[in-house]
Amino acid sequence: MGSSYRIALAGNPNTGKSTLFNALTGLRQHTGNWAGKTVSLAQGNVQYKGKTFHLIDLPGTYSLFSNSSDEEVARNYIVFEKPDVTVVVLDATSLERNFNLALQVLEMTKNVIICINLIDVAEKQGITINERILTNRLGVPVIKISARNKKGFPMLLDTIDRIVTGAIECQPVPMAYPDEIEEKIKKIEPKVFELVGNQLSARWVSLRLLDGDEKLLNEINQRFGQKEVVE
Amino acid sequence: MSIPKIIKLVNGEKGNLIRITSLNLEGVMRRRLLDLGFVAGAIVEVIRKSPLGDPIAFRVSQTTIALRKEESSQIEGVLMTNGE
Ligand SMILES: Nc1nc2c(ncn2[C@@H]2O[C@H](COP(=O)(O)OP(=O)(O)OP(=O)(O)O)[C@@H](O)[C@H]2O)c(=O)[nH]1
Ligand SMILES: [Mg+2]
Repeated sequence: MGSSYRIALAGNPNTGKSTLFNALTGLRQHTGNWAGKTVSLAQGNVQYKGKTFHLIDLPGTYSLFSNSSDEEVARNYIVFEKPDVTVVVLDATSLERNFNLALQVLEMTKNVIICINLIDVAEKQGITINERILTNRLGVPVIKISARNKKGFPMLLDTIDRIVTGAIECQPVPMAYPDEIEEKIKKIEPKVFELVGNQLSARWVSLRLLDGDEKLLNEINQRFGQKEVVE
Repeated sequence: MSIPKIIKLVNGEKGNLIRITSLNLEGVMRRRLLDLGFVAGAIVEVIRKSPLGDPIAFRVSQTTIALRKEESSQIEGVLMTNGE
C-alpha cells in the first residue's frame, strides 16, 4: 500500500475548485455559480504513482481572515489541519483579485501550488501568463490548467507528487511589511515561536496578533492550550 | 482643466466610474472591503442602485459586489469623466 496525502483546494469563489475536484476524483460534487456554493467540505481520492491523494474542496472565499464562517473553515483547515499540499486555484482572467487570497495562503503555510485555472478563457481574451516568472517571484510552483477541459492535470499531479516526496521544496517568498511593522514582528516572533513551535508559522501568527485577531487567538488557545493541560 | 470631483461611493449614479482614494473605516470592516477589492487606486463602476438606494451593486476588479450604505458612505474616490 502506498502512502496517503491530504491535498486542500483553496481559492476565490467560482474559480473552478469543484470542477477540478470532480474531474480528478470522479465525484459529482455540485458546481454552480451562486446556488451551488460549496459549504461542507467535499472529499475524494486520486491515485497517482502508487500514492493516494486525498483531496479536500474548501469553500471559496476572497480572504482568510475569518470574517465569515466560510473563511474560518478554510483558514482553520489550512492552518490547523495542515494538509500536505494546499493548491490555490486562481481565475486566470482576474489574477489581481485572485492573488489577494493566494498571497495570504503563502504567508500561512509552505507547501503551496499556485494553480491558474480557466486558462482557456484567458487565452481567448488575449491574456498570456508567464508561469516561470511567477514561480521565481513567489518561490512555489505555478501551474496553468483548464479544469473544464482537463488540461494541465499531468503537470499538476506530478508537482503534487514531487512536493510530497520532497523532490521539490517550496520556499514562499516572505511578504515584506513597512519597517515599523517588521520591528514589531521581530519583537514578538520569538515569544510566539515558544508557544506554537513549528506547528504554525510564527511570523504569520505574529502578524495576526498585531492585527488583533481575537478569533485566531481563541482558536490557538483551544487547540494548543488544552494539550498543555493534558500533558 | 477642472478640479477632480471627490464623491462618496454611496452618491454615485448608475454608470459612474470612481477611482477610490480613501476608506474611512477601521478594523474588520476595513479589512473586509480591502479584501473585496475596494483599495485605493481601484476603479469602481456603479452597476445598480436598488429603489431605496441600499444596497448598491458595484463592479470592482471584474466582480460585482453589493455594499450596504454604512460601507459605501465611508469610501471616497474621484469621479472619472468620459474618456479619462
Ligand atoms: N471555461 C472554463 N470554465 C470553467 C473552468 N473551470 C471551471 N469552469 C466553470 O466555472 C464555474 C465555476 O466552477 P466551480 O467549480 O463551481 O467553482 P468553485 O471554485 O468550486 O466555486 P465555489 O465553490 O463557489 O467557490 C462553472 O460554471 C464551471 O463550469 C475552465 O477551466 N474553463
Ligand atoms: Mg465549489
